[in-house]
Amino acid sequence: MKSSRRKFIRMAGFAALGWSICPSLAGAAVEAGPKLYFKGEEQLSATQWAMAVDTKKLTRQVMNKCIEACHTLHNVPEIDSNQNIKWLWIEPFRNLFYDQSHPNLTDMANKPFLALCNHCENPPCVRVCPTKATFKRPDGIVLMDFHRCIGCRFCMAGCPYGSRSFNFFDPRRYLEQLDPEYPTRTKGVVEKCEFCAHRLDKGQMPACVEASEGALLFGDLSDSSSDVRRALRERYSLVRKPKLGTGPNVYYLI
Amino acid sequence: MYHANKIIPGLVIFGLLMTFPFWFNIGSAAYSTPELVLPEDHEFCVESVEYMRAEHMSMLNEWRDAYVRDGYGEYQSMLTGQMYPMSLTKTCMNCHNNKEEFCDRCHASVSVDPYCWDCHIEPQGVE
Ligand code: SF4
Ligand code: SF4
Repeated sequence: MKSSRRKFIRMAGFAALGWSICPSLAGAAVEAGPKLYFKGEEQLSATQWAMAVDTKKLTRQVMNKCIEACHTLHNVPEIDSNQNIKWLWIEPFRNLFYDQSHPNLTDMANKPFLALCNHCENPPCVRVCPTKATFKRPDGIVLMDFHRCIGCRFCMAGCPYGSRSFNFFDPRRYLEQLDPEYPTRTKGVVEKCEFCAHRLDKGQMPACVEASEGALLFGDLSDSSSDVRRALRERYSLVRKPKLGTGPNVYYLI
Repeated sequence: MYHANKIIPGLVIFGLLMTFPFWFNIGSAAYSTPELVLPEDHEFCVESVEYMRAEHMSMLNEWRDAYVRDGYGEYQSMLTGQMYPMSLTKTCMNCHNNKEEFCDRCHASVSVDPYCWDCHIEPQGVE
C-alpha cells in the first residue's frame, strides 16, 4: 500500500514534468518551421530618421496643407476644445523655444512654426509606458501600438513637448470622412505623430513632407548625404529643450 | 443512514441543479453552422479553409504584432507560397467585403464580440 502510493506520486511527478516540457518542445518545432513573415522590398531603412523644418519656407498656407495631409491620412479628428487631437500643429516660436528666446526677439517670438513629436533619441514616453504600447523601432521612430494602449497617460506626463493627445471621445463622432486605409482610435487611447512609419515601410515619404513644398526635409541622420544632414551643415538650427537630454530628432532651420 | 431525511432531498436538489442546462434546453433547436456568403472570385483564402476556420483569430493577433511592432509587411502562404500584405483592411476585407454576411454571422452565432471594428474601418460592402 505504502510503496504503491509512493510509486503513484512519482509517476504523477513525471507526468507533470512531461506536461510542462511538451508545450516548449512544440514551440521549438514551430520556430524551426518555414519563415512566413517578410519585409517589403521597397521598405526604406535608416539608422535614425530625422526631420528638418525650414522655418523660412513655412507660410500659413504651407503649414495648413501639411496638417491637412497628415490629419486626413490618419483620421485625426478636429475637436473645437482643449480636448482636440493633434499630430502636427502650429505653435509660435516663443512657446517652442521659450528657453532660447528673449523679449527683444520681437519679430521672431510670435512667428508660427510647425510642431510634432520629436522622435527622441532617448524618449521619456517609452521609458514610462507600462505596457510597451509606445516603443522605439530600430530606425529611431517612436511608434505607438494602439492595440496595447491602456490610456494611463503616463506617456503624456513623460513627454516634455506636449506631443501626445488623448481621446476623450470616440473620434468617429468628429470625423466626417474616414480614410479606410488607416484605423481610427477609440476613446481612452493616446496618439501622436508616427513619422509615417507605415508609409516609409511602403517606400513613401511622410505625408506632411510630400505636402510641404520643400519646407519639411526628411532623411537618415546617419547618412551624411541625406537632405537633412545637408541642411544641418548649411544652416543654423535649433532643437526643442536640448537641456532635457531627450535628443529630439526634429530640427528647426532658422 | 444518519440524516437520510436531509441528505436524500439535498442530493436530489443538487442533481436537478447540475443537470439544469440539459433539461432546460430540451426541445430547443440544435446549433447549426451559419450560412456564410463567400467571395465569388476567389477559390481559397491565404491558407486552407480548415486552417482559417480554426486559426484566423490567432493569425490576426500574430499579424498585428509582426506588422506593427516588427515591421514585417508581407505574409507567405503555406498553402500556395504566394505573398500577401499583412493587413486586415487591405487583405482580409478586400475579399470578405461584407462584414455582416461573413464575420458577423459566425461571431453572432457563437456570441463573440471582437472589437477590431472599433478602430479598423469596415468596408462598405457590395452595393
Ligand atoms: S516628443 Fe514626446 S512623444 Fe515624441 S518621442 Fe519625445 S517624449 Fe516621446
Ligand atoms: S510624419 Fe506623418 S504622422 Fe508625423 S506629422 Fe508628418 S504626416 Fe503626420
